[in-house]
Amino acid sequence: MSTTAADRPPLGVRDGFFADLLRSEFLKLRSVRSTYWTLLAAVASNVVLAVAAAAVIPGALSAEDKLTVDPIRLSLAGLHLSQVAVGVLGVLVIAGEYGTGMVRATFSAVPRRRTLLAAKALTFAAVAAAVGTASCFAAFFAFEAIVTDPALQTSIGDPGVLRAVAGGGVYLAVLGLLGLGLGAVLRSTAGAVAVLFGLLFVPAILLELLPSTWRTTVGPYLPMQAGSQIFIAQNRGPDELGAWAGLGVFALYAVVAVVAGLILIERRDA
Amino acid sequence: MIQATGVSKRYGPTLAVDDLSFTVPPGMVTGFLGPNGSGKSTTMRLILGLDAPTAGAVTVNGRSYRDYRRPLYEVGALLDAKAFHGGRSAYHHLLALALSNGIGRSRVGEVLDLVGLSTVAHQRAGGFSLGMAQRLGIAAALLGDPPVLMFDEPVNGLDPEGVVWIRTLLRSLAAEGRTVFLSSHLMTEMALTADRLVVIGRGRLIAETTVAEFVDGGSGAYVLARSPQTGRLRELLEARGATVVPEAQDAVRITGVPSDDVGELAQRSGITLLELSAHRTSLEQRYLQLTDDCVDHRPAGRRPEVRP
Repeated sequence: MSTTAADRPPLGVRDGFFADLLRSEFLKLRSVRSTYWTLLAAVASNVVLAVAAAAVIPGALSAEDKLTVDPIRLSLAGLHLSQVAVGVLGVLVIAGEYGTGMVRATFSAVPRRRTLLAAKALTFAAVAAAVGTASCFAAFFAFEAIVTDPALQTSIGDPGVLRAVAGGGVYLAVLGLLGLGLGAVLRSTAGAVAVLFGLLFVPAILLELLPSTWRTTVGPYLPMQAGSQIFIAQNRGPDELGAWAGLGVFALYAVVAVVAGLILIERRDA
Repeated sequence: MIQATGVSKRYGPTLAVDDLSFTVPPGMVTGFLGPNGSGKSTTMRLILGLDAPTAGAVTVNGRSYRDYRRPLYEVGALLDAKAFHGGRSAYHHLLALALSNGIGRSRVGEVLDLVGLSTVAHQRAGGFSLGMAQRLGIAAALLGDPPVLMFDEPVNGLDPEGVVWIRTLLRSLAAEGRTVFLSSHLMTEMALTADRLVVIGRGRLIAETTVAEFVDGGSGAYVLARSPQTGRLRELLEARGATVVPEAQDAVRITGVPSDDVGELAQRSGITLLELSAHRTSLEQRYLQLTDDCVDHRPAGRRPEVRP
């Protein structure tokens, strides 16, 4: 498509359409309280639960347990809680616009909705990954600083440890994108939050009621089961997917949701 | 310039806009008039690309709105005063919109000054009154200093001071040579602000004209005369080709002869005139006449009285 006069910014205005959208979306994220509350909750969950795990769990584990447990998984126990906060923020980033009516101002300023949603997703994912990863490292070091049992002590240089700790942050970012995709599809905060956590927690419960072969064939591909592989450093279960395969499957869920959002956002009336 | 060509919009079984074509020419205030529910807001949503038309097309300055990357330089619009996140400050709301279009920070301060929100710029917009929300919406519309401005019912729910402020602002924006497209269901508002009118009812175009033509187009002007000798006056006037209808006990309604002629005729014939007045159909009456068939919801048994 040729560039017409309307595509060019007037004199004195920077070009870089996508960069402008990223700037705008980053400001939107920074300028509402819900961002700070959810991220604070995520960081607090990760760190506080790591400290609690370090203080309580070593005494509760048998010698045999200590051989099969993954200390990284223990130090990142907070992810079970922080994922809720990051998932909610992912939903809010787009469904909140629909809920408040802001979306009409947003679409009036940026009628290219796909590009807009892409900028939104990218901005949010970057923030979620940064905060998520930082809090996972904080959790890991807090756990290691407190835990005294040599069986549970690890170093960041040990095999798989760095990948697992950083992976916790990636897990949060991907999960947040799943929430953002669902938010774009459903356009309702309550609806998208319900579906997101239904998707994460319900299949595992249902699977318990089904024949055990299902647990080993279908189970590993469930969103949370697949996604958690990236933050396991050692003693992976026999039927579980590998770290990267698991993350890939998990990311696929997020990609499907975001792509559905990208398709629908352009077609539907605001 | 805004141009609609055969635009229709269907929401389920409801045809909200029906084959609508009109032009909003540059450099003047065009009023968009219609009863509540006649499709004004829908049409404006179609112009802004918020909703997609079922048929037809709308362009702004020659292009479909959805094709613009930085539309705030082309069109500023206030459709819905509450289109913001209540938890964000007015300043951040405007800055987020400005950044998305590559508009600088300093412009945000300017528009805040312009609408008089500078002192509350850093408060959460959720606490704003309707009047302040309206001002915030107008500030957003002015961010890109656009040649085309569009406002949907901008005076709705405002206090008298706010109404005057908006009216003055719209006039000055038009005086700067901008295209202003303004919707209202209030005729009086249009009479004060608009140069041209696009009138719709039930989603269809009823009239597209200037305000002056709109008024004259009514079955229009008449002269009211009150006299103790209406019988004789009537004879003389009818002899000159006028139509005379009794209005009250001692009054007649005359059409076809200007009031000056009626006065002279009476004087020459020694007829006492107690009252002589020229009447023009008001915009309000003309509007009610035109949209009479197009009002969806009317209280039962109360048909508005429409007198020509």
